[in-house]
Amino acid sequence: MQPTHRSRRILRPVRIWFVYLSLCVALLLSYVPTGQVPGVPDWVALLLAFWCVRERQHVGMGAGFIFGVLVDIGYGAAMGQHALAYVLLAYAANAVSRRVLWFTPLQQSIQILPLLLGAQLVMVVVRMLAGAEFPGWGYFLSSVTGTLLWLPLHFVLLLPQYQPEERDNNRPI
Amino acid sequence: MRLWVFVIVCLTMLVADLHFRYLEVVRQTLSVVLYPVEMAAATPAEFVRNASKYFATLIKVQRENRELRRKALADAERLLRQTELERENGRLRGLLAMAERVSVTSVAADVLYEARDVFSRKVIVDRGSQHDVTAGQVVVDEQGVIGQVTRVYPIQSEVTLVTDKAQAVPVRIERTGQRAVAYGAGEGLLELRYLLANADVQPGDRLVTSGLDGLFLPGLPVARVVSVNRELQAFAQIVCEPLAGVGQAAQVLILGRAQPAPERQVPPPQASKD
Repeated sequence: MQPTHRSRRILRPVRIWFVYLSLCVALLLSYVPTGQVPGVPDWVALLLAFWCVRERQHVGMGAGFIFGVLVDIGYGAAMGQHALAYVLLAYAANAVSRRVLWFTPLQQSIQILPLLLGAQLVMVVVRMLAGAEFPGWGYFLSSVTGTLLWLPLHFVLLLPQYQPEERDNNRPI
Repeated sequence: MRLWVFVIVCLTMLVADLHFRYLEVVRQTLSVVLYPVEMAAATPAEFVRNASKYFATLIKVQRENRELRRKALADAERLLRQTELERENGRLRGLLAMAERVSVTSVAADVLYEARDVFSRKVIVDRGSQHDVTAGQVVVDEQGVIGQVTRVYPIQSEVTLVTDKAQAVPVRIERTGQRAVAYGAGEGLLELRYLLANADVQPGDRLVTSGLDGLFLPGLPVARVVSVNRELQAFAQIVCEPLAGVGQAAQVLILGRAQPAPERQVPPPQASKD
C-alpha cells in the first residue's frame, strides 16, 4: 500500500482566491481594536502558517511580506516588524510543510506552536534592540491560543475543498 | 536566496522607520487606503463601548450628575477668580511691557482604545486632522499631562503616553525650579535622567512642564518623584509616577498653541535704558 497523508479524504484543489480572501478576513480580524488584552490570536500569522503548510507552492514569503506590512500599518507598529516575522514564519512553514502534512491536525498544531512563538520572538528581539520595553510573558499567550485554534481552522478552511464536484451518494468521497 | 532578499528588505525598512523616520509618508498614504477597512474592524468595539454606555444604571448617572454639579459650582467660583486674575495679570503685564502669554486652543477627545502595538504605550483618540489636531500637541486629562500626539489620521490620532520609553517631557521641579527631562521608564513610571547625584530632589517633589521646547505649555503637572537613588553613578536614579491617570483616562483635552511659540531672542541692549 502506498503511503498517504493521514487525512484520508481526497480533497479538491484549493482555489487561490479563497486563500487570499481568508487572509484578508484575517487582516480585518487583526484590525479589530482589542487593545492589549493578552491571548488574542495573531490571525494573519495563523492563516499564513496554515496556507504555507497546506499550499507551499502557492503561498510563501511574498504573501508574508505584503500582509506583514499591512499589519504594521494597522497596528501603528514599526514598519517591517511584522513583515520580517511573517517572512521568516512563511519560510519556516514552507520548509516543514512536507513533514507536517503527514500528521493529524491535532499533531500538526503542536508542531506549528514553535513557529508561531518564533515569529513573536523575532518581533520582541527586533523591538527590544530598538529600545522598546519587554511586553511581558502574556504576549506569547497569543501563539498558544493560535495553536488551539488550528484544529477548528483546519476544518473550516478546508470545507470548500471537501465539496464534491457533483453529489453522488454511491461514491465514497 | 529569496529569504535573504526579503529579510534584508525588512531590516532596511525597520532601520529606516525606527531610526530615521523615513517611512512616515508611505505609512500615511497606505493608512488612508486602509482606513475604511480599519473603520469596519473598529465597529464591533464601538458597539461594545456604546452598549456599556447604554446600560449604565440610572443610579450611576444620578450620582455622576450630582458629582458634576458640585464640581461645576466649585469650578465656577475658581473661574470667576481666574477672570479677575487674568485681567489683573494682563494689566500688570501691560505695565511691564511684556508680551501676553501664548493663548491656547483645546480640543476635547475621547480615548477610543489602546494601540495594538504591545511594545509601546499609545492610545488612539477620536479627534484627528479634520478637527485641527496636529502632531506634537500635548494631551492632558484633569490632573495633568498624559502624553503627546505623535501621528494624526483624518478622524483619529495616536497619542504616545508619557510612560512610553520613547517619550520625553521637558520638566521643571516645582519646588526648586531645577530643569530636567522626564523619560518614560515602562511599567507606568517615568524617570528623571541626567540630574547629578547631589541634585536637590526629594521624594514627593512635583514636576511640571517647563515649556522650554516650545511644544509643551509651561506649568502643566506631569509627575511626582517616588524615589531617589543617589548611590549608583554620577547621575541620580530618580523614579517618578505620573500625576494624571495615564492608563485610565477616558476623556482628554488636546492642547495646542493658538500661535507658534515666539522666537527666542536676546533682548536688544537699548531696552534696558528705558
